Amino acid sequence: MRNRLSDIDLEKDLYLRYRAAYMTIMEAAIKAINLTKRYGNFTAVDHINFEVYYGEIFGFLGPNGAGKTTTIKMLTTVTRPTEGTAIVNGYDIVKQPAKVRESIGTVPQEYTADEDLTGWENLMLIAALYGIPKKEARERAAELLDLVELSYAADRKVETYSGGMRRRLEIAMGLINRPAILFLDEPTLGLDAQTRAAIWDYVYRLRKQYGVTIFMTTHYLEEADRYAERIAIIDHGKILAIGTPKELKEKVGGDVVTIEVNGDIGLARKVIEGIDGVNGVTVNGNTITFKVKNGNTAAPAILETLNKLSIRATSITIKEPTMDEVFLEFTGRRLREEEGSTEEFMRFRRTVARARR
Amino acid sequence: MNMAVRLHPLHGLWALTNRELSKWYKAPVILIISLIQPIVWLAFFGKSMNFATMFTSGLNIPGLNIPKQVIDEIGSEILKANFGTTDYFSFLAVGMLSFITLFTSLQSGMSIVWDRRLGVLGKLLTTPVPRGNIVMAKVLNSVIRSLTQATIVLIIAVLLGMKLNPSLNPLDIVGAYAALTLMSMGFASLFVMLALRSTSWESQMAIMNLLNMPLMFASNSFYPVKSMPWWLKPIAYVNPLTYVNDVNRQLLLGVTGHSLLLDYTYLVIFAAIFSIIGIILSWRYLSEA
Repeated sequence: MRNRLSDIDLEKDLYLRYRAAYMTIMEAAIKAINLTKRYGNFTAVDHINFEVYYGEIFGFLGPNGAGKTTTIKMLTTVTRPTEGTAIVNGYDIVKQPAKVRESIGTVPQEYTADEDLTGWENLMLIAALYGIPKKEARERAAELLDLVELSYAADRKVETYSGGMRRRLEIAMGLINRPAILFLDEPTLGLDAQTRAAIWDYVYRLRKQYGVTIFMTTHYLEEADRYAERIAIIDHGKILAIGTPKELKEKVGGDVVTIEVNGDIGLARKVIEGIDGVNGVTVNGNTITFKVKNGNTAAPAILETLNKLSIRATSITIKEPTMDEVFLEFTGRRLREEEGSTEEFMRFRRTVARARR
Repeated sequence: MNMAVRLHPLHGLWALTNRELSKWYKAPVILIISLIQPIVWLAFFGKSMNFATMFTSGLNIPGLNIPKQVIDEIGSEILKANFGTTDYFSFLAVGMLSFITLFTSLQSGMSIVWDRRLGVLGKLLTTPVPRGNIVMAKVLNSVIRSLTQATIVLIIAVLLGMKLNPSLNPLDIVGAYAALTLMSMGFASLFVMLALRSTSWESQMAIMNLLNMPLMFASNSFYPVKSMPWWLKPIAYVNPLTYVNDVNRQLLLGVTGHSLLLDYTYLVIFAAIFSIIGIILSWRYLSEA
């Protein structure tokens, strides 16, 4: 038993060592160095440090007002940091903003396309701002509209587009310069579940097609879990945790295993508590609940031990901790997804309504 | 992956200008509406405020038997002394050219506020387009719109009876347009500058409404500077409209006025100072705090 668990530790250790080696070889696509932004007395982003590697999908997860958008605005050179800096695609955001702008694409939170122009005209305008020659711009625009399945609406004014169409157009606009790094600020904000899935489908497709590194912010826990390869949890302008979704979940204490037993429950509890790596054991009637790293491999071994003591399990469930639990662990509060999305969406709707007033 | 293309310092300027212009020619209604005001001034005010008729006909002073010819002669001289011409309509028509140019230029501030509110500006700022070009595109757009509208006003004025200088040559037209261009550049830059940090279109609207009438009336657009009270004269003499009208009346109507060199020098300085300040401020203030 002990051996098995230390095997797992070894595996993890190897993985981390491999990654450390990989990190030293591979230059980071983004490297934030004490990046800070203050508005008066309010510190929106507080000395954050992190790295994003080329080719990965990196998620920035946090509640509203945590500092996600401010970070993206600094990384995309829209806002100057108060302190610290970041290296984006090898260029300093403070000293070489023009170089940074040439190597990145952005899809901001709000819709930025000009409503009075058609989708095609918007793409051609942005292409011209990057200095892309007309002929090549036309080829790229056609290809991108195809990718986001908007070719049929290319010659329609953007004001006639639906929310999902506009978001897809924004993504196409963010890719017109073939960026090394694409910044997506809440790419699925206010969209229905189906459209959200479609957007993610595009994101994956474009990474496959162009090998673009993706930095995205979200407050949808389940999206961060499912689509991001590494996640940073940010709250009150500070990064609280960083790692793969799996690593973060392990930091919380691993999988939640629930075993219903037929036999001496007290003895079962003692045995389980004695196993290395198990914690948070609770007993309710004849069910035992506990946390363990890598529940899928640990559970059969635990069952075998119980069996030897003639304690039989009648049912077993192994549940990975959700990102919700991870978030709670690191920030001390829950991020209610449903509330978040409706509230955020209403805020967004209000912003648009105000803008159009 | 990245472009090896070296970006031209003016790259994106025309694309941005064209974006604004395309909105304009796609919606000709806006063009027509903005022409209504100067045309109403011309047709209603200009045609009714008929100084020539007032001074020259029907004047009969009891007890004095002054020949009509003498009265007409005196009337003409009074008009000439004040307006430089006996034809007030033509005098006003030139003022209307600067009127439409001023009104069009004042709107450039609004357009940058809208770009900010609708997120377009945020997007532009993430692209490598020089910040100054974002501002200059607004200015260029304002110049092109102003000149187009001024041309339409000029044609309508001629149709309504404006009498151009009989010895008008193409160079005079170029000179008149140059004056309007300089004025449009200066005012558009000024108003874009005032709007650089603004997110409220209401305040832009207020500034526009606050300034357009005073700028019109504190100039020689409707009446000569010399008929103004002493306290208004200095304002009229710093108002660029006064210089534009002076140039255009000399070139288009053939009346005498101030030194053209002085007029142009003043306008060039006005346009250059505000354009340069606008570009410099855009480097610093266009992006967010």
